[in-house]
Amino acid sequence: MTTPTKGRAWTHLLARWETLLVVALVGLIAAGTSLSPFFLDAGNFSNLIAALIEVAIMSLPMTLIIIAGEIDLSVESMAGLASAILGFLWTAGVPLWIAIPVVLLVGFAGGLLNGLLVARGGLPSLVVTLGTLALFRGLALIVLGPIGVSDFPPAFTEFGFGHVPGTLIPWPFVVYAIIAILLGIVLHRTWVGRQVYAIGKNTGAARFSGVRVTRVKVGLFALTGLISALAGVILTARLSSARADAGQGMTLTVVTIVLLGGVNIFGGSGTIPGVVLAFLAVAVMQNALRLASVSVEVQSIALGLLLILSVIIPTFAHQARSAIGRVRGGRPPPADSVPRGETALP
Amino acid sequence: MTDPGAAAIAPARTPGQWLAVVARQRELTLVAIMIVLGALVTLSAPQFLTVDNLSQVAVLASITAVAACGQALVVITRNIDLSVEAMIGLVAYCVAVTLENHTFDAAGAIAFGLVIGLGLGVINGVIVTLFKVPSIVATLGTLSIFRGFDYLIAGSHQVPVAGLPEGFTGAAAASIVGIPFFVLIAIVIVVVGSVILRSTRFGRQLYAVGSNPEAAAILGIPSRRVVFTAFALCGLLSGVAGIMWVSEFGTINGTSATGFSLAVVAAVVVGGVNIFGGSRTLAGAALGALFLGFIANALILVGLSQFWLQAIYGVVILAAVSADAFILRRVQRAAVRRDR
Repeated sequence: MTTPTKGRAWTHLLARWETLLVVALVGLIAAGTSLSPFFLDAGNFSNLIAALIEVAIMSLPMTLIIIAGEIDLSVESMAGLASAILGFLWTAGVPLWIAIPVVLLVGFAGGLLNGLLVARGGLPSLVVTLGTLALFRGLALIVLGPIGVSDFPPAFTEFGFGHVPGTLIPWPFVVYAIIAILLGIVLHRTWVGRQVYAIGKNTGAARFSGVRVTRVKVGLFALTGLISALAGVILTARLSSARADAGQGMTLTVVTIVLLGGVNIFGGSGTIPGVVLAFLAVAVMQNALRLASVSVEVQSIALGLLLILSVIIPTFAHQARSAIGRVRGGRPPPADSVPRGETALP
Repeated sequence: MTDPGAAAIAPARTPGQWLAVVARQRELTLVAIMIVLGALVTLSAPQFLTVDNLSQVAVLASITAVAACGQALVVITRNIDLSVEAMIGLVAYCVAVTLENHTFDAAGAIAFGLVIGLGLGVINGVIVTLFKVPSIVATLGTLSIFRGFDYLIAGSHQVPVAGLPEGFTGAAAASIVGIPFFVLIAIVIVVVGSVILRSTRFGRQLYAVGSNPEAAAILGIPSRRVVFTAFALCGLLSGVAGIMWVSEFGTINGTSATGFSLAVVAAVVVGGVNIFGGSRTLAGAALGALFLGFIANALILVGLSQFWLQAIYGVVILAAVSADAFILRRVQRAAVRRDR
């Protein structure tokens, strides 16, 4: 809106959502440290990240889905289905090096189903993925029943809660970092990423400019299914237990992290670095609440409030900013109609 | 697929129009499926077709139906309320615990439950209309918040059936002139709601906002107020469902009604409330609830595990929206062809 002269570039950086997240993160860490001297301890940090790692992994493809103007509520059930199938195959004597690729394939297929119904069938993603939220969870229950499978080999569970040798970095965090970097490059540096933004901003215009909207959307949903299944495998390894109800309720946290990361719920804008920062902020917040011995109930209330506030605050910040802009400019935007002399004002 | 030449020659009813006729009769289609399904189940489990069993199905379905009516009002305006299960759970616990502690008598507890339900619905309405948060995000958030409050006040406490007055728990089993009391409640709500939708200004505005928001705005319809009212009424009806829940199940704790939103949304979708907004009736939503209750009962009688239920809900939701979209497209294609 405004021409980024030197004076305004500074306020621009300050007003950026990612900057606010960094400030919030520093504030939360300060608050946590005042609660407990062990807060900044590397071991504690590694634990607080490990506890949310599956949610964090699922938030990455969800970022792309929401930027493209859709939503996928079925991710938590896909993680549960992945866990259930892994447990079922392991009990049936299938070695893990076969079982895990099969599970990932199921994730891809489930995501493909979502994508085809939404993009090819023209159905609203909210309802489709609400349907598959029930369907995938139901299939998980049918496959494994109410039992838990926990006799996995140590090498597998070590991958779930072990650390990279010599460091305190959990193995699943390495997976998260790789996916974050890959999706970050795809979204911010390639033509595929630009197409995702174009679809989210204006699907019709994107289609007329030659973007294969259907193909991109189907691809995004399939990718989300695949990565959710991977999150289910990691969850199984970390808890060293395969259960049909694994991952229940995770979608709320996934969507909270994505929206807190500055992704517009209506599509068209958002960044991977923002979502990574939001994951760290939520992890630190949950840990601080736990250290302050706040009950799980209050934590779930806090998470719900955070989700709603992460949509309300940007809306109002935007309104406030344009109001300030009006006062400063002495007349309403657009900025290019503002007389040249006025842009020089502080 | 269809021969365009033949369609042009036969002016009366193209396949598309036939489909439209069937689509308009969603209620009849559901009834037909239920009759066929009922016949099949009766063959393998004769106890299906007994008055006791069928009235039990109807009583359980009437709770879903009441909640589905509230959800339908919201869905008609192109919104969704995922928090109904948390509202039902919270109301159920509050009502049960006040009855257990003799804070209120039955009438007082019912009024208390309705006020709480309405209040929760108002909170949703404010977040969606005043703070302009999309309903999916707003109600996903309040689902977590309301449930958190429920856990918080309930703790590990569970109200046993014995803690409730006998008249209150007996209401679920009571019947008037042979019709279960709960079914009557659901019928009254459907009838009153349908009359409001059909013949009041609010009802017409609700449909207008849902079917074409831009046109509704141009016409000067206060769409924010209409959407707000829909959410408030959804809360109120969830309150009614919550009170019925206490009466039916008796044992109430902080986790009551968890996962119930899915059944309510499924009932609405199956009942033909167009998820794109602006069409269909409350009777359809109630019939959708009965349809799901019917399937759940049939599963038990046929001896399939309850685990199948969740998967079937999913399939039913997907089938219903796919059918809606398919029929809509055929109808539009038929209309285009006719205009040529």
